[in-house]
Amino acid sequence: MDILFNVFVDPFLQMRAAPDLLVQTLWEGLVSGVLYALIALGFVLIFKASGVFNFAQGIMVVFAALTLVGFHEKGVPAWLAVALTLGVMALLAMAVERVVLRPLVNQPDIILFMATFGLTYVLIGLGEFIFGGEPKQMITEELFIPRGAIDVAVLGGRVTFQKIDIAAALIASLMIAGLALFFQYTRIGRALRAVADSHKAALSVGISLNQIWVIVWFAAGIVALITGIMWGARSDVSFALQVIALKALPVLILGGFTSIPGAIVGGLIIGLGEKLGEFYWGPLVGGGIENWVAYVIALAFLMVRPQGLFGDKIIERI
Amino acid sequence: MKTNLTLTALAAATFAAFAVPAAAQDSIYVPLLTYRTGPFAGSGIHIANGMRDYLEMLNQRDGGIGGAKIVIEECETGYDTKKGVECYESMKGKKPVIVNPYSTGTTLQLIPKAAVDKVPVLSMAYGLSASADGTNFPWIFNPPATYWDGASVFVKHVLATEGGNIKGKTIGLLHLDAPFGKEPIPVLEALSKEYGFNLKLYPVPAAQMQNQSSQWLAIRRDRVDWIYNQGWGAMNPTAVKEAIKNGFPIDRLVGVWWAGGDDDARAGEAAAKGYKTLNFHNTGANFPVMQDILKHVHDKGLSQGKREQVGENLYNRGVYNSMLIAEAVRTAQKITGKKAVTGEDVRRGLEALNLTEARLKEIGMEGFANPVKIACNDHNGHNRVFVSQWDGTKYVKASDWMEPIKNIVRPLIEAEAKDYVAKNTGWPQRTEPCEKGA
Repeated sequence: MDILFNVFVDPFLQMRAAPDLLVQTLWEGLVSGVLYALIALGFVLIFKASGVFNFAQGIMVVFAALTLVGFHEKGVPAWLAVALTLGVMALLAMAVERVVLRPLVNQPDIILFMATFGLTYVLIGLGEFIFGGEPKQMITEELFIPRGAIDVAVLGGRVTFQKIDIAAALIASLMIAGLALFFQYTRIGRALRAVADSHKAALSVGISLNQIWVIVWFAAGIVALITGIMWGARSDVSFALQVIALKALPVLILGGFTSIPGAIVGGLIIGLGEKLGEFYWGPLVGGGIENWVAYVIALAFLMVRPQGLFGDKIIERI
Repeated sequence: MKTNLTLTALAAATFAAFAVPAAAQDSIYVPLLTYRTGPFAGSGIHIANGMRDYLEMLNQRDGGIGGAKIVIEECETGYDTKKGVECYESMKGKKPVIVNPYSTGTTLQLIPKAAVDKVPVLSMAYGLSASADGTNFPWIFNPPATYWDGASVFVKHVLATEGGNIKGKTIGLLHLDAPFGKEPIPVLEALSKEYGFNLKLYPVPAAQMQNQSSQWLAIRRDRVDWIYNQGWGAMNPTAVKEAIKNGFPIDRLVGVWWAGGDDDARAGEAAAKGYKTLNFHNTGANFPVMQDILKHVHDKGLSQGKREQVGENLYNRGVYNSMLIAEAVRTAQKITGKKAVTGEDVRRGLEALNLTEARLKEIGMEGFANPVKIACNDHNGHNRVFVSQWDGTKYVKASDWMEPIKNIVRPLIEAEAKDYVAKNTGWPQRTEPCEKGA
């Protein structure tokens, strides 16, 4: 009986007893969710364009952030360092298209997937060779990312909103909206959607696959840089950030691999779900559950919608 | 002429054939399991540099240890237990005289192998706390203090700061959700019963090291008075930042000795001033040993590290670790009369290790560390440790040397060791004789 009370009643009593903590937990979940959505977006862009699950997205986040900090350490002003880093990510996109994707056209998806494994380890090695393995501080002040907190009285308690978290949520939201609009309303965006639907049909109407791949990998590089700045500012810039990118997996399972709205909604559900789960139900099993509770949420959704929240339902006729 | 040439070549070949083993006999192989890559590299690089530089300094300055050149070989583990064990397996054929796993997870895997392979394991202030029991673990050594000693000193520090009464206070253990992180739990549970404080556990999964908001929300909910941080790698700078972000008093966040990287505190910038960590050696580069490292290793371009990092806390930790290796080898040479000692000899050397003040002075470490003595049944010593505090640019000594609460720790260690033996059916009984005086 106790266990039923602890699982089904007590967490809600706690929420009622300390509503400020509930609001704080929801806020933390929202911020994490937006950041997870940002990571997931990088995966979705590449999957839409090439049908490849880009395992290297995590290390791209680290690589972009390290490049930015590395340029700044060499005395390059912060905003110029951002521009140069974008240039590096553009070069990386071209190199990936030329060296990895183009030779593997028409190969099974699993071959392309394995190629992104290889790319991951190349980028790890290259990153460690150029920047070393030591963690670095993100240049938050130089990029005018605000610091400090705003305390707000809520329902008899206080809720703290970190300015950096507000900035992260805003920038990530703007980024997501910008990309969604870009792919919805521009010529390149329409071309990308055509490629996503059918490579052959897109080719037949004169869309260059190679060009689209470069653009999409570059867009994923921009997303990686923003993600690296935001996560790096919350902690530090190190190869450990790569692990956080794996948090995008349950988001993708939930939201579908091809949907930008899916990445956003999936990110928010996972972010909120894992924070609420850890905070209210975690103590029942000794804590540390948020790592796997995200997958439980994603799998529960899959039982209802196997294609993900916004994924396309695939009907194959025999 | 042709015959002469042939004979000369034959003689040279014969000489070479005998000369190579002769050279090998005058060297000792010391593998170092290190991690300069991956999520834990931020901590691992400094330790690796310190360990390597000290041994290299001995090679350059003294030609090795007691006339035996040290063959140093690093193996990259990425702080991954599987890779750590692979490293050990690939190196054990080269007859290492000692092994440094530098990971509690890897240490736990090597404990059963040590006696079989005759390679002593030095898990310096990490690993299985219960392996301090030399009677049941004759091949494992974890001086100068166990995690349980560390946790007990932390509680002593809390007691001293709170005026001797911590009944009703809440102490949180923020820990990596891994064998290393869980180590202090048994002793903190015992101490909470003894002193009447509430113990709360906050595990941080490895994948969440840089995303600890849930744990810190729970800390706020539970109105925790003190936090003991058993963290490593990227977990530590995040913990410091989260404490600041959540308004937790930074001088009530105390890290185990591994949570004392200079980078860990720097991450919190000015607000990190006051952050505390346990320690068993001093920081700084003014000690003669550090000056010798700068002169014989850095000035010759033989170090992989940066000159300005000599003297930082984790770098000095690596130096301390290699000093223990060197002193164990030296003791083994004294006991056996051999230059090129074996793993079995070094085990004896470790068991007879007696680092006095005078010896520390001889090796340029006066004031750097405290004496250490290992005994046959006590492979740790449960030595005194102190609290270091970040002053904004470096760690400074912030307390006296404090004895662990031995009357609680030692019985727990003996009970835990017996339990380990009982659970591992067929665990061999100690057959190695005790060294004289050990």
